[in-house]
Order: sequence, then C-alpha cells, then structure tokens
Amino acid sequence: MREKILEITNATMQFGGLIAVNNLTMHVSYQEIVALIGPNGAGKTTAFNMMTGVYKPTSGFVVLNKENITGMRPDMIAQRGMARTFQNIRLFKALSVLDNVIIAQHLRLKSTWPGAVLRLPRYRAEERLMHERAEDLLRYMGLWDVRHEVSASLPYGMQRKLEIARALATQPTMLLLDEPAAGMNPAESDELTGLIRGIRDHFELTVLLIEHHMDVVMDISDRIYVLDYGNLIATGTPEEIQSNDDVIRAYLGVDEDEA
Amino acid sequence: MKQKQYAEGALPRTRQRKITSTLLTVALLAALAAALYALDTNASSLVLRIVRLCAINVVLALAMNLINGFTGIFSLGQAGFMAIGAYATALLTIPAAKKAMIFMITPLAPPLDQLTLPFGTTLLIGGLLAAGAAFLVGVPCLRLRGDYLAIATLGFSEIIRVLITNAQGLTNGAQGLKNIPPNATVWWCYGTALVVVIFMALFTTSSYGRALKAIREDEIAAESMGVSLFRHKMLAFMLSAFLAGMGGGLLAAFNGTIGQDMFRVMQTYNVLMIVVMGGMGSISGSVFAAFVVTIGQEWLRVLDGPMTIGPFHTDGISGLRMVVFSMLLLVIIIFFRNGLLGTKEVTWASIGRRLSAMAGHKRKEAAS
Repeated sequence: MREKILEITNATMQFGGLIAVNNLTMHVSYQEIVALIGPNGAGKTTAFNMMTGVYKPTSGFVVLNKENITGMRPDMIAQRGMARTFQNIRLFKALSVLDNVIIAQHLRLKSTWPGAVLRLPRYRAEERLMHERAEDLLRYMGLWDVRHEVSASLPYGMQRKLEIARALATQPTMLLLDEPAAGMNPAESDELTGLIRGIRDHFELTVLLIEHHMDVVMDISDRIYVLDYGNLIATGTPEEIQSNDDVIRAYLGVDEDEA
Repeated sequence: MKQKQYAEGALPRTRQRKITSTLLTVALLAALAAALYALDTNASSLVLRIVRLCAINVVLALAMNLINGFTGIFSLGQAGFMAIGAYATALLTIPAAKKAMIFMITPLAPPLDQLTLPFGTTLLIGGLLAAGAAFLVGVPCLRLRGDYLAIATLGFSEIIRVLITNAQGLTNGAQGLKNIPPNATVWWCYGTALVVVIFMALFTTSSYGRALKAIREDEIAAESMGVSLFRHKMLAFMLSAFLAGMGGGLLAAFNGTIGQDMFRVMQTYNVLMIVVMGGMGSISGSVFAAFVVTIGQEWLRVLDGPMTIGPFHTDGISGLRMVVFSMLLLVIIIFFRNGLLGTKEVTWASIGRRLSAMAGHKRKEAAS
C-alpha cells in the first residue's frame, strides 16, 4: 500500500447552525489522482478550505505528510507542501504572467530582506534560480509566449493553466485543484486531463480535485469521493461510483417518471 | 572590422543596455548635482526652501507609497510617524544651552537635556523609533482590513499628537520646540531622497517587494502561495514608518521649529495627495508628483494675493489656491484614475521605447 500523503479524519466544519462538512474521513495516497464530487453546495470547497487552512475545522484532523496541520495558517500549510488553485480564479491580476509564477516561489526564499535589497550573491543566485524555474514551468504549461502579458488579460483557459503553474511553483507534494475544467469546452478539458496526468508524473505529485465535468472525473480519477449535503455518501473507483445507487440518486438526480 | 565584431560579440544586447542606462543615470545625477550646486550658491532663500521641500516630500511620499501603494494597506498613520522622527531629531540636535531656554515650564528629562548627536545619526534614530512605534501599532492593527485599518492608524496618529502635547518634560508640550539647528541643507535633503529612491527601487523589485504586490493584488491567493501576511505587512509597515520618521526629522531641521499642530491629519493627507497623484505603486510617480505638488502649491500662492481680472478686482482671497489645487487634484483623479503613472515606472528603457516609437511614427509619416 502506498503511503498516505493527505489524510482527513472525522473533520467537521460548522458555520453557526449549518454543518457544511460533516464528519469527513478521506485520504489521498502518493501519486494518486482523487476526485471530490457532489452537487452544488455539497461542501466540496469547504472541505478544500479546511485542508488548506482557510478554515479551521470545528472538529477533526488534517494530516499532510504525516504532520498534523489542523488549524495552521494557509501560508504555513503551503510551506509544508500543499498548493491549491481557486474555483473563481485568483491570480495576481495586475502583474505579469512571469511575476505570478515567480512570486509563488517566495516561500522557498532563504535570503533575508536586507540581503535582497543589497543584492548579496546568495540572493542573486536564488533570484536567478527562481527565474529559471518560472521559465521552465511556463514552457511546460504552454504559457511561455504570454509570459510578459498582464495575467488578467489572458483568455480564460490560460488563466486556469496559470493558476496551476503558480501552484506548481510553490514546489508542492500535494496539489489541490478546485474545478480546473470549469468553463472549458470539451477539447480544452480533454487537454487538461492529459496535462494533469502529465503534471502528476513529471512533478511526482499527488492530486485531489473538485470537478463538475463528469467525463473529466471518470477519465482521470483513480478514486472518487462523493459528498452530498456535507456527508460522504460514497467512495470508490469510477466504475463503482457510476453504478452506485446513492450517487445516482443524490448527484445525478432521480428520474421523475420512473420514481 | 574583425575587432568590431569581437566587441559586439563580447557585449550582448542586454549588457549593452545595462551599461547605457547606468551611464545615463550617472549623467543625470551629475547634472542634478550641478544644478543643485548652482541653486545652492545663487538662488534666493525662498527658492532654496522650495527646492529642499521637494526632496523632503519625495522621502515622505515614498514612505507612504510603500505601505499604501505597493502593499495596498490603507494606512493613515503617517503624521504620527513623522512626529516621532521630527521630535527625535529636534531633541537630539538642539544644543544643551538652548534646550534649557526652550524648556521653561518643565525642564527636559535627563540625559536628553545634555545629549546632542550628529544630524545623520538623529535621522536614523528618529526612523528607528518610528519603526518601533509601527511595530507596537501594527501588532493589533495589521490584522484589520480596509477601512478599519485606516481608522485605527488615524487614531494612532492622533494619540501620538496628544501624547506630545502632554509629555511636557520630553516634548515641551504645546509650546513646541524651536532653535532646531538648520541641518537640512540641499545636500542632506537630496542625499536622503536619493538613498530612499534607490532603496525603494531595490526593495520593490526584490522577492520581498513582489510578495507585497501579491498581497495587494489578492491577500487570500498570496497567503495560499505561502506568503505570511502578517510578517510581510509588518515589514512594509515598519519600513514605511522608518522612512516617514526620517522625513519627519528632515522636516524638523528644515523648519527650525516644530509643534504638535504640525502633525495633524492634514499632514497625512498632504502626503497622500502626492502619492495618489503620482500613482499608488510607482516610485517615479511619487518623485515626480512630489515636485509638482510642492512647486505647484508655492506657485499658486499668487491666487491668494490681490488680483485684477478684467473688471473684477479682489484684495486677495486667502485659501483660493487650495481651492484651485483641490480642483486640479479632482481632475487628475477623474481623468487619470490611477494617478499620473499608475503602477508603471519611468526607466531609461521605457523612455527609449517611447522615443523610438515616436521616431518610427515620424518615419512612417515621411514615407507616406
């Protein structure tokens, strides 16, 4: 059995009287691609926010690489190797594509700010390395030609790709993708599927994604978790999920005529 | 011929450009120094006052731009930090004999009553004290967002002023301080401004500066990319306060007298006006606007005097220049939403591009 990179145990997120995520237990193993699916409002993004430190779980634990990260700030969790993209694209809009990817490497910088201001040799070496890494990433993601563009001016699909490039720049071991195929046409989402697999192999990553495009989910996932109203209602391989009655009822809806 | 090819090969274009821009910068600085020298020896004291005030405003505007423009934190505490720097410099440079005369009601607390230090040192001490105050204010305030932070820092600035008014044995209270040695020469003002400009240019283009811009663009995304919001905001806040403290010190030596009413909120707004006009997040914008605003406010002074326009005659409406000036500012805000330069910088490369674009345009015109 491969080692578990991300492990969530009995995590609950409660906002006042609303239980957004109820007693969620799940894990993602090394180099797996796992999907978290469910109807709108099922608590998928809330679950992501608990894992990345945006929310502190009301109860339960989140463990990353065998370290308990429950209640840590997002920047501390990012430093420990978890990176994410956002459902409603959150790029550094006014900055260039290149800058977006370079900034994401700031967390690995060892130089202090006086060293950076004085451009000490160590800082210069680090800066050069950051540029090289950013350039490699942009080439890999097919964003090289637009590297000097302002990120907000990119077409939608490219902005999504840039979000992934920026997340990769933090040198994560665990990558969380929040609806990476949202707003993409079938051809684009097909390409994305290949890209995510490629990233997983190339960067030796473990991937957890939220996605609504069922063809993407079924194609790419090793395993799937299904949330409905904050509860985990099913888990298994794509085949198992596709034939699961609970999932069909909750997620795909009941056909009124047959019911 | 062969030698020429070799020379071109040895100098790639980027390095050639670097050398060109360095040479141009050196030439510009030399021209500036020569102009300042000429002004220093020939110009009237009034003109020299304005010339020096320009440089002080450059320092103050850049200090504010670092936190408000580059980091996107709307802080209104500038006057407070300036006051700390101004009082530090004043108290540490006024000669002991004069201090005894100034502090008539309550004598100045030792060892300050005997202590005098070189001007440069006092500027640094003023900056450090302001940065220390920024740390104390920042711990509770920097967790706030937007308007709340603006109000909290505004409150801090007023607290400093009230403390100054009441700490009779340290600040001489409402009587203020006078006989501050006139150390703020053209050279000190422009030297400080130059160092601050260079510092800002190096800092904002470093990885730390980029992290601050990321916070400005999207806090949540920046934090998710591993940028510690509190540490970086605190760094920007303290550096900004340090520079404001130095600017305050310069202003004290420039004025010769200081009092608590110099550091009202209006002082913060004056600097904010320069920063907004030049462009939040642009160093060259702040430098440019500091000159425009300082000279403009002086030049518009004629509006306050008696005027005859056609059949109308006024004996002078005091405050008319501020009305006109505010209207100019409004026009700028309306037509240049992001200030004159936005977040862009004027560099030799950008000037070169502009010039070659203009030349290309002319060539096209000539061809058609």
